[in-house]
Amino acid sequence: MQLQHVNFKLLVKSPEEVPLEPLIPVFHSWIQGQVLEELLLDVADYRHVPAGPGVVLIGHQANYSVDDTDDRLGVRYNRKAEVDGGNQNALRQAMRASLIACQRLKAEPSLAGKLQFNGHEIEFFVNDRLLAPNRDSTREALHSDFKAFFTKLFRGSEYALAYPGASEPRKLFGVSVKSSRTFTPEELLANLDG
Amino acid sequence: MKASNSLWQKELAGKTPEALAREIDIYETEIALRKQGKVEERLFAETRLRRGVYGQRYDNGQRHDGKKVQEMAYPSGTLTKGPSTMWDAPGMQRIKIPAGGLNADQLETLAELAEEYSDGIAHVTTRQDFQLHYVHIEDTPTIMRRLAAAHITTREACGNSVRNVTACPYAGVCADEVFDVTPYARALSKFLLGHPDCQNFGRKFKPSFSGCGQHACGLASMHDLGLIARERSENGERKIGFEMHVGGGLGAVPYQAKLFDSFIPPEELLPLAQAIARVFARLGEKKNRSRARIKFLIQDLGIEKFRELVLEERKTLPPDPRWTEYIESATAAFEAPLKPAGKAPLSGSAEFQRWLKTNIRPQKQAGYAVVTIALPLGDITADQLRALADIARQFTKETMRTTVEQNIVLRWISQDDLAAVWQALRAAGLADPSAETILDIVTCPGTDTCKLGISSSRGLAAELRKRLAEKNAQLDEAVQHLHIKISGCFNSCGQHHVSDLGFYGVSRKMAGYAVPHFQVVLGGEWNNNGGSYGMPVMAVPSKHIPEVVTRLVDRYSTGRKNGEAFKDFIKRMGKAELKNLLEDLARPPADPADRTIFTDWGDPREYSLEDMGVGECAGEVVSAIDFDLADAEREVFEAQVALENGQADRAGKLAYQAMVRAARGLVKLEDPNISQDSDQVIGEFRTRFYDTQKFFDPFAGGKFAHYLFAAQQRSQQPHTADSARYLIDEAHLFVEAAHSCYQRMGKPVAV
Repeated sequence: MQLQHVNFKLLVKSPEEVPLEPLIPVFHSWIQGQVLEELLLDVADYRHVPAGPGVVLIGHQANYSVDDTDDRLGVRYNRKAEVDGGNQNALRQAMRASLIACQRLKAEPSLAGKLQFNGHEIEFFVNDRLLAPNRDSTREALHSDFKAFFTKLFRGSEYALAYPGASEPRKLFGVSVKSSRTFTPEELLANLDG
Repeated sequence: MKASNSLWQKELAGKTPEALAREIDIYETEIALRKQGKVEERLFAETRLRRGVYGQRYDNGQRHDGKKVQEMAYPSGTLTKGPSTMWDAPGMQRIKIPAGGLNADQLETLAELAEEYSDGIAHVTTRQDFQLHYVHIEDTPTIMRRLAAAHITTREACGNSVRNVTACPYAGVCADEVFDVTPYARALSKFLLGHPDCQNFGRKFKPSFSGCGQHACGLASMHDLGLIARERSENGERKIGFEMHVGGGLGAVPYQAKLFDSFIPPEELLPLAQAIARVFARLGEKKNRSRARIKFLIQDLGIEKFRELVLEERKTLPPDPRWTEYIESATAAFEAPLKPAGKAPLSGSAEFQRWLKTNIRPQKQAGYAVVTIALPLGDITADQLRALADIARQFTKETMRTTVEQNIVLRWISQDDLAAVWQALRAAGLADPSAETILDIVTCPGTDTCKLGISSSRGLAAELRKRLAEKNAQLDEAVQHLHIKISGCFNSCGQHHVSDLGFYGVSRKMAGYAVPHFQVVLGGEWNNNGGSYGMPVMAVPSKHIPEVVTRLVDRYSTGRKNGEAFKDFIKRMGKAELKNLLEDLARPPADPADRTIFTDWGDPREYSLEDMGVGECAGEVVSAIDFDLADAEREVFEAQVALENGQADRAGKLAYQAMVRAARGLVKLEDPNISQDSDQVIGEFRTRFYDTQKFFDPFAGGKFAHYLFAAQQRSQQPHTADSARYLIDEAHLFVEAAHSCYQRMGKPVAV
């Protein structure tokens, strides 16, 4: 199974304390500086929608958001353009982009360090139902890819994979990953490259 | 953009209606031709618009980032999908929902599309459509295929065409209606969709149906064609029909529709609409888009002359069985409840009671209610759409409608189930107790995504919702039922003219800088189908609008006389007093260092309109023959592809079909009623263009016409690879000759 349109969502610490409004000027400033590898285009504000996409930085090749879907707040990377180089590369590319976004958000003065990856909870989705239908066969087909990827990412730590959306075939195929210890984005980036 | 795009066609083969599947295949070919530079951008723009594929802000490749205008470096470079519209720039897909009617499967499809191709949100519009934003043009054929599999079309959702036919969302269940207009709205929608008489308008054409004259739900008075259910007695027998209005519309200068006929019987509904379409296509303005809506034609002609022309046209129409074949079944009830009738709940939490008060409307069928789901700014998430699909299946026979107030209603809820429905909606974040209150603010997309937006209507709406919600409980009962409607510009997509408190975006200069403003429009009437329009008072900086609202509602709370409606209160106050009340808010802040007003709501960038594009609302004025010739070219292209794939016979037939189509396009210039029959087309072509030598090339004479005549002679014979190849070459030359002929004839006579 060829993975495309990979999404990662890195859940944040103390989500109830994260202010979303300051994200709007932050994302606009990212467009101003074109600070990420994708072409950044616009900002969409959906704070008025409960358990929704939150604040979205629209890009050509990918969207970044601080997303509250399922009432689980996290920094989400949604890859729209195709990625060459196989499944491990698709996973690595999306994870790297997610972690870099987390680093940047943590460093934003206007957010006062309130928006930080919790260090151990990551959600993965494939935003394409035809390529990756939400069923057992997809899970089986991707199992070895997940094992290889997350073993490397959480090097030196146990981790558990869960499929919380498995009973709801209408949802995107997704996996929830929890490591037994916390990691900083910098550590995870180092593991990705190691 | 999606890796799966190429797989969906096969996946959905046999699951989409054949006609829709073919249309989408054609559109996909047009995309390929545009990428190869074989379709010119103006024509391609109208082609996609007529399939609901609309431009979006910054698609001219420029965006003001608050400091300077950035050129967006799109990967496809200078390739465009319309004049000044970059190929890769995200766009909007509008999805037509006739009369707002939806079932659960369709909600689930919309959920999937919102997630996979947009940003996770589906947006309900003020004309009962859905819109998906930030969509890539190359994903649109797949979106259309997946919609078609759910029996939804995007055809003619934009462009100079008949737009979504809207109708009262309470039709069939409202105690005040004369009769259920839904079957008539659906019949008109189906009849006019792709109708040849509706392909040559200078601007869009919007029909609407209302079940009564007194409520707002259908807004018949502000539509190009407004139909209100009526009944009368003839020889003691009850007859139903429609009060027909024409030429209404909002826009910069709102027009109340004119009465065309106080009573037309159902069997005249479709033919009269067709005759109106023909008169509009023939006489409506084509060059000056700002005067191309039918309201201007009616203003210029006068309603009496317009009526006379339409009735004359009506006499010339060839009979069509579709005019009446639906009528017999139209009067039968087509919706039914899932559950037995129940009793209204008498107890429950304060929150539940509040929801009952604002979001529930009893049906005319005892024991049932309509539940309104108030969507903030018309937005709903993919998960919410799926939850709503489940609720619709659990409690109803999937009887849902979108509304012109950007909400969704669930019909046929047994009153016994109201508490359970509330619990289920609450779990999905869909039980906001604000329907049809001052919190239920209607807004167009404005500067968030619209190319024409001047001020941030959504940003303002979100801010007003937040502030009003904080003090909602303390608001006077009369204030709670006021309407707020906001448009990002004067084009009135937010319907500000028919609101108690209306606002539309304008730009003003202060201290040498552009400042986002809203023009304040007060005292419009929502009831009586949008019965009267509000009074413009003054323009106020966007950031001061919340204070405008506060002052107005406070004054209304304390100053109104017994039961005085807001519009009467505004009329009594008068413009001078209103100006006194608000004048200081129109001024810049006293402190020159205060830069608040130089940004808009929800957007921290210093305000600028330097990056504004050209609107596509009107589309490009492209005549019917432009489309015919483009279709002929596409068929020649498809013939070539078929030949390359070893399908010689199919290739030959496509080439012949292309020639006939081009010939028919020319004939249609003189005879709009020309049939589809190829022999008749060629006969007419011979009489009108060959015998008269109009088709003759200055150098080649009638040579290219002979290609067509010869092809007709052998049209029943199978093709070999050679014969198909020759015919493709001849078809190519014939279509080119048709282009030349058309150019020699000058600009087209409107059909």
